[in-house]
Parts: sequence; structure tokens; C-alpha cells
Amino acid sequence: MISLSHYLILAALLFAIGMVGIFLNRKNLIVLLMAIELMLLAVNLNFVAFSHYLNDLSGQLFVFFILVVAAAESGIGLAILVVLFRNLSSIDVEELDTLKG
Amino acid sequence: MEFKTILFYIFSAVTVIAALRVITARNPVHAALFLVLAFFNVAALWMLLQAEFLALALIMVYVGAVTVLFLFVVMMLDINIERIRQGFWNNLPLGALVGLLMVGEMTVVLSGRYFGLANLPPQNMPANYSNTKELARLLYTDYAYPFEIASVILLVAIIAAVMLTLRRRKDNKAMHSSDQIAVKAKDRMRLVKMAPEVELPVAATKEGDQA
Repeated sequence: MISLSHYLILAALLFAIGMVGIFLNRKNLIVLLMAIELMLLAVNLNFVAFSHYLNDLSGQLFVFFILVVAAAESGIGLAILVVLFRNLSSIDVEELDTLKG
Repeated sequence: MEFKTILFYIFSAVTVIAALRVITARNPVHAALFLVLAFFNVAALWMLLQAEFLALALIMVYVGAVTVLFLFVVMMLDINIERIRQGFWNNLPLGALVGLLMVGEMTVVLSGRYFGLANLPPQNMPANYSNTKELARLLYTDYAYPFEIASVILLVAIIAAVMLTLRRRKDNKAMHSSDQIAVKAKDRMRLVKMAPEVELPVAATKEGDQA
């Protein structure tokens, strides 16, 4: 029998993989965005699992809204990436230090 | 073992492997394709959780739109893979440490002994239950206002993406339509007062005739 904790641990694994991806891909902004998508997917999996086991549809509606925001985020993120590549000819995160932060 | 349990383990194993390949793939195109695989398997898991509408929406929105957008951008940019891969594994010890620590802690907390998560029974709906209908009923009544805000967010995203990547060409010869409409008759024709022209001498015209 698959319990709620199975799904939650799977989502934790996915989230950790996404985070390790952010650590690893310091030179590739595109894969960085993909890792963020993986983390959002893990969060959505949690929402759907809770919604199923607690018999409350609000969780699935939250997933709906997260999908909207994630789509907007990746669209704008990729647009920024394209403009960045036009100006710098590079997608290396470590070269983005013009603000001297 | 129940058939659904076997399916759960197959789908989750493929999801985890695909996610690992997303973050370690050498070629960004392969990473995007493994992202598609991960999304497909998570959609199958959502089917197991009886969230049919969201599973199909995930496939349509992510596989059909977002990863295709990723592929477009990957192919549009001219990336030097060798330079990107330099020092790729340098950050692995720290990242693996943080990731393993997080997974370990989450497993200890969530493994069911403390919150009674293992005792929650799955809610199996009757066969004539429509997930889409129930979602729609909730979305258009209790969540109508957030739904409209979500549409505005999408509109803002469209406009922002277009405005960010729009490039005005310097040699563009197109007219500004607002300037064209605002023009007045006074601007189009200018009346100039000037002295009358003196007629050419008669001899000159005769020469022209002979020639």
C-alpha cells in the first residue's frame, strides 16, 4: 500500500536533486532554470499527494496556480537569458558581476 | 504486491533517474529532453493520485510549451559546451552534502512514525466521479478572483517577454502611424512668397528649337 509518506519522500528527493543541480550548473543558466522547474515540480507533487490523501481539492487548485506562475517565470526567465546572451555572449552565472554584489 | 504499488515504484524510479540526468547531462538539449521524461512520469504519478485534469495539464503546459521553449532557447544560443563543463564537479561535495542532509532529514521526519502519515487511507472516488468537474466548480466559485489574477499574470508575462526580446532595427524605414494621423494640412504644404521668374531671352529658345 502506497502511503502519503512515500509520495512526500519522492518529492523530497526531487527537490534535493533540483537543489544539487543549482550547485552543479554554475556556468549554465539554462540548466539552472531547468533545476528550478524540477524543484517546483516536487512542490506540486506534494500538493497533489496531500490533496488526494486529505480529500481536499484546494491542493489541486494551488497546483493549478503554481503552474501558471511557473510558466510565466520560465517565459520571462528565458527572455532575460536571450537578452543577456545578446549583450554578453555568455550564459555563465559567474560572469554576471557587473553590479559588484 | 499490489499492481498500483509496482507502478508507483517504476514511475518514481524513472522520475528520479531522469531528474539526475537533467542536472548532469553534458548537452543542454539532452537535459531538456530528460526534463520531458521526468514530467511525463510525474504526470503518471498524478494519475495514480486521481488528479487526472492536472496530470493532463502538466503534459500540455510543460511538455507542450515550457520544454519546447527551453529547446528553442538552447538551439538559438550558440553555447560552447567545453567551456561550460570546466570545473563542473567542483561544487559537487558541498551540493551533495546539502542534498543528502536534506533528504535524510526529510526521510526521518516523513517516514510515518511521527505524524501518522502512513495511517492516512487513500481516498478512492467512485467511478462516476469527475475530477475535472469538481475542480471547475471550485475554480469558478470560491477561486474565481485568483483565477482572474492568474490570467493577468499570464498577460503580464506575455508582454514582458515580448518587450524584453524586441529589437528595434536602426535602418527601419516604417512610418509612425500616430505621427501620420496627427499631421495637419499646414505641415504638408508650404506656401512661399517669392519674386516672379524672369522669362528666358527669345534667342535662347530659338537655339533650342534648331537643336
